[in-house]
Amino acid sequence: MRIALRLLPGLWLALLVAAPLALVAVMALSWQAEGVPPYSPPWGGEGINPENLRLILEDPHYRDSLAQSLVTATLTAGLCLLLAAPMGIAIARAGRWRDALLAAVLLPFWTGFLIRLGAWIGLLRDEGWINGLLRALGLVEAPVPLLYTEGAMLLGMVHAYLPFAVLPVFAAATRLDPALEQAAADLGATPGRAFLGITLPQLFPAMAAAFLLVLIPAAGEYVIPELLGPPEATLVGRVVFQEFFGNRDWPVASALALALLALLILPILLFQRLGREG
Amino acid sequence: MTGDGAGAVTPPRLSLRGVTRRFDSVAALDGVTLDVAPGEFLALLGGSGSGKSTLLRVVAGFERPDSGTVMLDGADLLGVPPHRRPVNMMFQSYALFPHMTVAANIAYGLKREGRPRAEIASRVAEAVSMLRLEGLESRRPHALSGGQRQRVALARALVKRPRLLLLDEPLGALDANLRERTGFELRAIQRESGAAFVMVTHDQAEALALADRVAVMDRGRLVQVAPPREVYDRPATRFVAEFLGAANVITGTRTADGALESPGAACTLRPAAPLPLGVEAVALRPERVRIGPAIGENTAAGRVEDAAFRGESTLLLVRLAGGATLRVLHAEEDGAPPPPGAELRVSWDAASVVPLRA
Amino acid sequence: MMPGPVRAALWAGIAFLWLPVVLLVAYAFSASPVPFRWGGFSLRWFAALAANERLLEAAWLSLRVAAGAATLAVLLGGATGWVLARHGPFAGRALLGALAGAPLVLPEVVTGLSLLLLFVALESAIGWPAGRGALTVLLAHATLGSAYVAVIVQSRLASRERDLEEAALDLGATPAAAFATVTLPLMAPSLAAGWLLAFTLSLDDVVLASFTSGPAGTTLPVALFSMLRLGMTPEVNALATLLLAAAGLTLAAVGLLLRRRG
Repeated sequence: MRIALRLLPGLWLALLVAAPLALVAVMALSWQAEGVPPYSPPWGGEGINPENLRLILEDPHYRDSLAQSLVTATLTAGLCLLLAAPMGIAIARAGRWRDALLAAVLLPFWTGFLIRLGAWIGLLRDEGWINGLLRALGLVEAPVPLLYTEGAMLLGMVHAYLPFAVLPVFAAATRLDPALEQAAADLGATPGRAFLGITLPQLFPAMAAAFLLVLIPAAGEYVIPELLGPPEATLVGRVVFQEFFGNRDWPVASALALALLALLILPILLFQRLGREG
Repeated sequence: MTGDGAGAVTPPRLSLRGVTRRFDSVAALDGVTLDVAPGEFLALLGGSGSGKSTLLRVVAGFERPDSGTVMLDGADLLGVPPHRRPVNMMFQSYALFPHMTVAANIAYGLKREGRPRAEIASRVAEAVSMLRLEGLESRRPHALSGGQRQRVALARALVKRPRLLLLDEPLGALDANLRERTGFELRAIQRESGAAFVMVTHDQAEALALADRVAVMDRGRLVQVAPPREVYDRPATRFVAEFLGAANVITGTRTADGALESPGAACTLRPAAPLPLGVEAVALRPERVRIGPAIGENTAAGRVEDAAFRGESTLLLVRLAGGATLRVLHAEEDGAPPPPGAELRVSWDAASVVPLRA
Repeated sequence: MMPGPVRAALWAGIAFLWLPVVLLVAYAFSASPVPFRWGGFSLRWFAALAANERLLEAAWLSLRVAAGAATLAVLLGGATGWVLARHGPFAGRALLGALAGAPLVLPEVVTGLSLLLLFVALESAIGWPAGRGALTVLLAHATLGSAYVAVIVQSRLASRERDLEEAALDLGATPAAAFATVTLPLMAPSLAAGWLLAFTLSLDDVVLASFTSGPAGTTLPVALFSMLRLGMTPEVNALATLLLAAAGLTLAAVGLLLRRRG
């Protein structure tokens, strides 16, 4: 029975994780074809197709989408961390309010990610709440275009990923020994110095983990750019969808997915390493 | 082999022969041979990494030795999986099931045996009263104090009426006050239950106080197995003397006529019988050292460096002429101890000089 | 103890997280057909929601898919976490661990695309699954969910030494009885938490479902997504309010349950 139980996860993971990833690699080397499904595999007579991967590397359309994704993901992760680091520390030190504050951060997550994006659409559009407020205050005459901008997209991304960034910082901050800051104070450090010189450095690994925890999924994000971003925000996620569903070019979509994976492999490995140490 | 040729001799309760267990080429147990008599209370004493816990786990069945035999009442134990061994263990962490009440924890082993309900109820009640757990039956482990948890763990193991009970640091998690009282209780319970107890501990005072015999372990080997008084008075090796901690260990070179010449102590220590060949260290207990003039051998000159008052006695640190320090116990009834800085001579009887093997 | 800017950031962050949610709920009760404009108190959007059959159908499908996916995720993720935490070193353990954690770190588009390719390849090789729909979405969500369950279960078991299971064996439990009476109850809270998480993930997923569902398998998030692409409607406000209430009630119930069990 032990053997069976050990094999079960292995088989499941081989079938539903390892095999699909291998298929993406195979698909990236296949040929687009008319038909259902719309491709011809490398063993279909035409041999290996190196063009898809070359296209990804050489065509500015794809290269830009990868670059744009990385920039957007980095910005999102940076902004999230900027808010999440003090939030995580503050919650960890909130004493008896700790659980309530943590719930306050996590509860919006339960409203559903799409619903929250819908809320932002309602708030940001020309007839929306924010423009209404601005006009009511007499600050603007005509509505300011807010929705379908880079800013709206970033706002939505930060809003969606912020709770994920708070958690690692919070967890690390609760494990800190309060005696260390007291020792620093005892040795003559001002509270500010003790915080910056003693507390903060101990949280760097958790902050790095929080940054990567946002960066990795944000780089492949599809829904938020689609709903809040401008049409020219062609992040990788959108391009994969476009190639796959719009152009029915499965091989190029797969090649792009591989390229995204290649870009993320370093952050992923780094994240797993931080996870093991923390 | 013990008792060979004498058919009437009952086999030992537990019998280990040449038990060896290696972890990645490091021997946690190195040819351990040991017998435990029925109704005996044996303490396995050693530091961390000495192999004492591995030995316990081999007997319980959670480790398989690489070689050697383990017998219980003359029957092989190694082929028996842990859940069929008539041996129970009290875990260092107590390992109380957090999702069960005290009563359910105690009843657990009897339920696994498929005992009738009525029998389970009466035996649990018996164990509850023996370990003074009345009124706590429906509590969960997290709602108990450390001492109560310890007693639940003991009750849970004893209710199975094991022929052999293994105890892994049974007093380790208790505070100092509770330790002494619980120690006495443990002895009483052991006599009452009639089971053989094998207890693992790193605390020499606990081992000496509770056990009928103490087995001192070092790096996977048994270095001395003897009653507490003998281990204390006549440590077999330098390791035992140092581990028990109290004795002065004095090193030197063996003279041709069997005494020890110690440059550190700047004197010659002569035991009652000549030192065996190869012995280059002796033990000298602090309470066996007298302050007072003496001449010849088994005496040394020194100066009191420091003194620590201990209530019934004062422990003096005496720096000897050769540079070594000697701990000397000065009893209160002998009057005021010499103050720090005092020059004095110390002496001892030949019988107090205990040879130590390397 | 806590520098002022740190405290300020906490409140700013919480306000930022809650602002859209609070407004969303408030305006769900507005009569105005324009979302986020007050037109007097009304429950008309809840009524409209109740009449929107397409959305209700999608919601019903989503609930079933989420429940199925969460259950499968708990079974497989639980087994994976248990194997990783309790079956000492064995050949391929590192690989198993890496595969178990992979869905957590892979971008959704990669996971979605790869699973679709698998289902297509399986269909052409063995004829199963015939077409894509609720079943394939369920499998995809179970794959993602099981990775989370595995991590939660593994860390829960790893935080306890094996001594409880050993104690059970020592007291005469067979390995199967020890698993049923000690290990499983020990895992239960993490299995429940994992189930809830997998359920939520499934109810929130657009990308995996877009790849792995056919025309017959439109889940609530996919339906909502296509609605939102055209803009926001007050019905969405009403739906959000209901979801938030359900989430709040669930959390309160879980909290009460945990408190009662101590």
